[in-house]
Amino acid sequence: MRFAGRTVGWSAGLTAVLCGVVTVSAGIGPVWIPPGAVAKVLLNAVAVPTGVSLSGPALDVSTTRLFAYPVTDLQTQIVMQVRLPRILLGAVVGFSLAAAGTIMQGIFRNPMADPSIIGVSSGAAVGAVGYIVAPVAIPLGLGLRGAAFAGAVLAAFGVYLIATRNGETPVATLLLAGVAVQTFLGAVVSFLLLHSGESIRRALFWLMGHLKGASWPEVTTSVILVAVPFVVLLAYARDLNVMLLGEEDAQSLGIEVERTKRVLLALSSVVTAAGVAVAGIIGFVGLIVPHVMRLLVGPDHRILLPTAALAGASFLVATDTLARSGSAEVPVGIVTAALGAPFFLYLLRKREVREL
Amino acid sequence: MSGTGGDADPTSDRRGPMLDVADLSVTFGDQRVLSGVDFRVDRGTLVGLVGPNGAGKTTVLRTVKGTLEPDRGTVRVDGDPVSDRSAKEVGRLVASTPQGTDLSFDFTVRQTVEMGRTPHLGRFDRMGERDHSAVETAMERASVDRFADRPFTSLSGGERQRVLLARALAQETPLLLLDEPTANLDVNHAVRTLELVRSLVADGKTAVAAIHDLNLAARYCDELVLLADGAVRAAGRPSDVLTSDTLRDAFDAATLVTTQPGTDAPLVTPLAERESVDRRVHVVGTGAPAADAVARLVGADCRVSVGVVPAGDAAAERAADLGCEAVTVPAFTGIDDAARERAVALARAADAVVVAGTVGDGNASVVEAGRVRIGVEADRSDGPRGDAHPVTVRDTVPLAALPTAVATLPPPAAEADAAAPLGQSSTD
Repeated sequence: MRFAGRTVGWSAGLTAVLCGVVTVSAGIGPVWIPPGAVAKVLLNAVAVPTGVSLSGPALDVSTTRLFAYPVTDLQTQIVMQVRLPRILLGAVVGFSLAAAGTIMQGIFRNPMADPSIIGVSSGAAVGAVGYIVAPVAIPLGLGLRGAAFAGAVLAAFGVYLIATRNGETPVATLLLAGVAVQTFLGAVVSFLLLHSGESIRRALFWLMGHLKGASWPEVTTSVILVAVPFVVLLAYARDLNVMLLGEEDAQSLGIEVERTKRVLLALSSVVTAAGVAVAGIIGFVGLIVPHVMRLLVGPDHRILLPTAALAGASFLVATDTLARSGSAEVPVGIVTAALGAPFFLYLLRKREVREL
Repeated sequence: MSGTGGDADPTSDRRGPMLDVADLSVTFGDQRVLSGVDFRVDRGTLVGLVGPNGAGKTTVLRTVKGTLEPDRGTVRVDGDPVSDRSAKEVGRLVASTPQGTDLSFDFTVRQTVEMGRTPHLGRFDRMGERDHSAVETAMERASVDRFADRPFTSLSGGERQRVLLARALAQETPLLLLDEPTANLDVNHAVRTLELVRSLVADGKTAVAAIHDLNLAARYCDELVLLADGAVRAAGRPSDVLTSDTLRDAFDAATLVTTQPGTDAPLVTPLAERESVDRRVHVVGTGAPAADAVARLVGADCRVSVGVVPAGDAAAERAADLGCEAVTVPAFTGIDDAARERAVALARAADAVVVAGTVGDGNASVVEAGRVRIGVEADRSDGPRGDAHPVTVRDTVPLAALPTAVATLPPPAAEADAAAPLGQSSTD
């Protein structure tokens, strides 16, 4: 089918772009590694499962590596252990923010909606800064990421509860409740910062959004937290299209509007929280990437959602590469905002961005 | 079809009305919007919901399509209550076009119409051949196939309305709800839209339309439901529903109800202002000026008689439409004595005689018989008048001021005379 072909084409193209960006990015750093060598390292790492054996209680999956290109151990070490975790984490975070931004703009039928519109980022900030400033206050042995994730999900859930009455959640109420809760949580963060003493530098660094010190376990966790809800969100893409007609129309076209909204809000909040918890607050990706992709592929979420997510991944990998390649590392949140805002203004002046 | 639908067959052989609304009450906050609305819509008919702004027309439609839960009462579509069905099931039974045509996303016309297939598709279904053909048929039917690939936002208001109608048609439901389908449309497009709805109804669909324009509603609907203040004021055939009395009751406005040319549908003409003038007036004259004077006076609640006029004259027709007594003679025969006497009696019994249009010598004695004579100014260019009056009149006033002129007459000398029933010549 024509439409399905277009979706596959765009997605494949953007995946290729992402692979390219990742490959180039993995070569950039204090030690320059040519893209060809990076590609070989990456291909060497590709393994396919070849057999499953039961050894005791554990399931043992044996794998075989497909390629064995000659590369130096140092290059493998640098790419696989130092750079790739951070790059992939950047890709996941960019993916999650752009996907969640697309969903939120659709639910709110509003171009100004971004992933944290219902308080996700502010909640994460309270969790993270609270952990940094007073770790004892965070129960259950959650780490920094865990505290941020929990704060994010709690804040979103709270906003949802505040805005819901008689089983209905009007988006206007949701928006206003989100703004109010964000303001309140902002005050909490400011208060915590005021009493943060020595740790203020660490807290501020987190708040600006960065990908420093990423590790493989983090990558694995966030991939799972983002991928599972994302697949469900894809299944809701057509419902979201119909929701753009307005909730009344959507209901009469057979969409259970309130339930759909609930599912979409919950999933996109988890997706956002997964991104924000590992990377801190990175602005603009979730706002601008869906916008630009909508200009390119149109408003249909069946194509917009996957392409925006993939583009967000490439965008964040590229901007993080910039952020870490200077003489002193800059939080990537500063780079995304510094590049994204002028680009957005350029689109605005060209009248390309008028509405959703 | 690839979806789970297909059970919404327009040729369903279930008996009973397609739509049965019973005792419907809706409250928004402490504002009661509907109170005890009852009506039913038979299969294969077009029923118009009419009534003043805020009467609750849109609210009724919202409860029918299940987007608004009533406080009390039930809405049954095809036999079963809407509230017992899922949104998807309702979406296969009831399609609706919204009142507004705002859509801020740049979907193409085809994409917009394709959304009409949503109730027929499961979450993981793709549009099948059946769905595509439904979309194509709907777009052709609503004549939007020409701009199928244009963005919705680039269309004019009328075109958008047709696209939304196509979307509703793509739903392939037995019941179609239209909320102001002709708002924002010029007269040509309004008529074309309603002709289309008529042909859909002829093909077996049932349609309910909230229509602002009473005359379009009267002309195209099989039945009308007149709503006012959240209650049904009248329901039935247009000629039974649209009467001066029900309209005064519902709209609090004076109207003139006649017949639309070439049909038996009522024609409603709103009158400028409701002036209630409880006077008896006899109109002498012919043609449009006299007919207009009759209408104006009836609209102001005067008891009006007319004559002598030739049968078939505009004034005679208007008098008959409005139930006024008219003394007529066959056309081109001249006025006979019996007719003149009856007219003189009516003129004498009236508080005033109004002279409008051409008055021939035969009617001079009728005019003379009036206690007070009022002339209507010749404010039209369609015929010589004025100096054709063979008699002098007390005053000459513009047509619009006629009710006021009658109202400000000195009280009649003999109340008994004025109270005598029209049509009796015994007053003399």
